[in-house]
Amino acid sequence: MARKSLGNIRRAFAPWADPAATPLVQFEAVTRRFGDITAVSDLTLALYPGEFHALLGPSGCGKTTLMRMLAGFETPDSGRILLEGQDLAGTPPHLRPTNMMFQSYALFPHMSVFDNIAFGLRQQGLAREAIAARVAEMLALVKLEGFAARRPDQLSGGQKQRVALARALARRPKVLLLDEPLGALDRKLREETQYELMDLQAELGLTFLMVTHDQDEAMAMADRISVMERGRIAQVGAPEEIYEMPANRYVAEFVGDINVFEGIVEEIKGEIIALGGPGGSMILDDPNPTVDLGQKVNVAIRPEKLSITLEEPPQPTNKVKGEIWDIGYLGDFTMVQVKLDGEAGQLVKVALPNRSRRAERPIAWEDRVWLSWDVEAGILLRG
Amino acid sequence: MEAGTETLDKRARGRASWLRPRWLVLALPYAWLLAFFLLPFLIVLRIALSDTARALPPYAPHWTGWAEAWNFLQALDLESFTTLFGDSLYLEAYLSSLRIAATATLITLLIAFPLAYAMASAPRRWQPALLILVILPFWTSFLIRVYAWMAILRPEGVLDALLRGLGLIDEPLALMNTETAVLIGMVYSYLPFMVLPIYTTLEKLDRSLLEAAADLGATPFRRFVSIVIPLARPGIYAGCFLVFVPAIGEFVIPDLLGGPETLMIGKVLWTEFFSNRDWPLASAVAILLLLVLAVPLLVYQRFARKEPA
Amino acid sequence: MNRLRTPHLLALVFGIAFLYLPILVLVLYSFNASRLVTVWGGFSTRWYAALLQNQALLDAAWLSLKVALVSASLATILGLLAALALARFGRFAGRTLFAGMIAAPLVMPEVITGLALLLLFVGLDAERGFWTVTFAHVTLTACFAAIVIQARLSTLDRSLEEAAQDLGATPLRVFFAITLPMIAPAILAGWLLAFTLSLDDLVLASFTSGPGATTLPMRIYSSVRLGVTPEINAASTLLIGLVATVVVLASLLIKRDALARD
Repeated sequence: MARKSLGNIRRAFAPWADPAATPLVQFEAVTRRFGDITAVSDLTLALYPGEFHALLGPSGCGKTTLMRMLAGFETPDSGRILLEGQDLAGTPPHLRPTNMMFQSYALFPHMSVFDNIAFGLRQQGLAREAIAARVAEMLALVKLEGFAARRPDQLSGGQKQRVALARALARRPKVLLLDEPLGALDRKLREETQYELMDLQAELGLTFLMVTHDQDEAMAMADRISVMERGRIAQVGAPEEIYEMPANRYVAEFVGDINVFEGIVEEIKGEIIALGGPGGSMILDDPNPTVDLGQKVNVAIRPEKLSITLEEPPQPTNKVKGEIWDIGYLGDFTMVQVKLDGEAGQLVKVALPNRSRRAERPIAWEDRVWLSWDVEAGILLRG
Repeated sequence: MEAGTETLDKRARGRASWLRPRWLVLALPYAWLLAFFLLPFLIVLRIALSDTARALPPYAPHWTGWAEAWNFLQALDLESFTTLFGDSLYLEAYLSSLRIAATATLITLLIAFPLAYAMASAPRRWQPALLILVILPFWTSFLIRVYAWMAILRPEGVLDALLRGLGLIDEPLALMNTETAVLIGMVYSYLPFMVLPIYTTLEKLDRSLLEAAADLGATPFRRFVSIVIPLARPGIYAGCFLVFVPAIGEFVIPDLLGGPETLMIGKVLWTEFFSNRDWPLASAVAILLLLVLAVPLLVYQRFARKEPA
Repeated sequence: MNRLRTPHLLALVFGIAFLYLPILVLVLYSFNASRLVTVWGGFSTRWYAALLQNQALLDAAWLSLKVALVSASLATILGLLAALALARFGRFAGRTLFAGMIAAPLVMPEVITGLALLLLFVGLDAERGFWTVTFAHVTLTACFAAIVIQARLSTLDRSLEEAAQDLGATPLRVFFAITLPMIAPAILAGWLLAFTLSLDDLVLASFTSGPGATTLPMRIYSSVRLGVTPEINAASTLLIGLVATVVVLASLLIKRDALARD
């Protein structure tokens, strides 16, 4: 059976899959401790030229520390960080060809927008005209022409963010580091800026490394995401890989919603596994099943992969019966909670897309319903 | 930075400091303080422990090695301290300093708290001006402010004239050169030290706490006792400390406003030194005064630590 | 709470009056034609004229001004360095002693500091006068300046300095282009504090000064010990006016600076 691609997009840019590609940045077995806490633990990761990479994880997972080590503000206790094959150890921050956009923007309050953007260029000793030209170019890039003479406190949040971006880009860094770049913006502005940042990155062909705790931001913007957990990388991959093929339960739960079903392996036939369980039998498709017969496993199913029907579906497996327990109307979709029959009475989340404005047969509280799903929907969780 | 590692991170950032001529930045003030602060105290200690004749000027500290150290230890002379404990004058001066300082602190607190509370309750746009009004006297000469009270308190002075004019008194009050005058001078001089820390804590006090208390049925008095005072405690402790400690060692106020019977240790030290020229005794008084000061310091640290940051 | 209630207003009026009435009395009587304190002999500036004839007082004022200018400047430099070390160096060997020596002069009775410094100067066989007084003042006021500057440094957003370094500025550049302009108001405040403390100091100067070097507070002290003199009232008024003007101007300056920043 020919494998389908994950999700509904096809990516042309995937240097990480090419063994001949040379990485731009390499973290090699990097460890950083603060007292008793290991912020980054034996971490290895490669970034490729032109990649937009997101470090995703909760507070305290070490993502910021990892980025600050590349910028030079932290020193690894062990391991190496290479940029274009050169070990960065001993290179102070001001000599590294990376630039950072700070979470607080860190715009110099006593300097105009022009002077903020020109600051890095002046350190390079560029000629006055060259600086003026580059600043003008940067202001045009972030659509802030005419703001050069303003002071940071005369700017809105979104404008400050653009100045910070322009300032970091002005030196044409080899890697642009973004620390929660959209964190301080309100929701509407965040979405707009998100796409602008992506366009900018594609236009300039730069390598971006972004730190974020917002999974939607990471999914929408990044070519690849590193999901981090307590100083380690739990999984690296394209957004659709992270979402559709989470490496373990932590990743599956951190990125998106899941329902977890228990089952016992009854049959393995190539990539197809048959499970039996209290809720009924299930068949799932796993590209590399590493389970044994009789093993107890967890299977995750995303809410949007489940269908609700009032009549029993014809398929023999991958279906369970329950009762509508709760309905939350969210506009673009409706989140339904279904309480499964049986002693445990597990609650299952189902996301129903609201594709038409009026439903023919709307569901209601306490309806008796069937949930069903495809062979491809179940994710076999390891760890 | 993530909340969990924030403090650790700060420490680490400090360590990764990039101030290159680091040693100079530290060495200059360090050397200065060692030379002009620590060393002088060691000399005071040494002179306090030497006998009267040898310590007369010009006194030159010799330090030639460990043999010298041994000689020094053998030559220790507790004569000054014996005098200090033998003569009840010094003990009385210490006790009276503590008593006057404590009374002054209490009165200052009673005047400063309502003032600080009123300042913090005033409309926001008035507050910077009020703050400057309270701080300004602190910037003007301390000596002159004490002197101003001499004109007010002296017999037939401004206060007497005023009260007599109002028909409140017939005889002059004769406040000048009394302990009362010293207390007035201290309260007046140190008032800003008490107002500022209390104001700072009250100003930060979240008004919604008072509204919540009112919403839960607390009377204005209850709100004041149960919410305002407990939350102002760090400021109260800091203010009391800032008034009490300098008041103990005060010299100018008891000298100008106090009388011969107003015993304060700072004045005793001054007299021993300038009038009696007894350097070892003056040094011994200084050492004991330092020990006395350690008490409020420890008490304050104990109280301050109990308070949430 | 936006309206001022009566008890609050009373507390404010009483408190402010208590702080200012004595000063007001002093200023008022400096314009009194009569030598007697309680007798108002009409408005006169004769004491100001007398002041200008009082060479000893003028000499003392000039000396105090010189001491204050030199000591405040030295103290601010030392205080700045000390504040940088405390706020930026993290843990270093001897930090506790260092921080202790910075904090101690703030609570130390001046009589002790003065005595200790005098014993040092005598031990060094230093000629007592302008420099001994100046050094004594530097030692005391550098600690005040250090505390004021450190308070500002500790609230300064570290990412500003990191951003500058990230943009290629050398550590020294970062200090001069970012840190220094950001803490300039605190440095000014530290200098002013050091200046006024020095100008005002009686005790340290009395201990560490020598013959022929009498500062203004020493001169004032020796006259007022003998009683109230209108000439001193005049001198005090001038001093108060000077300090008040400088402090108000400085606080307006700092406030404007802070407004431009927020």
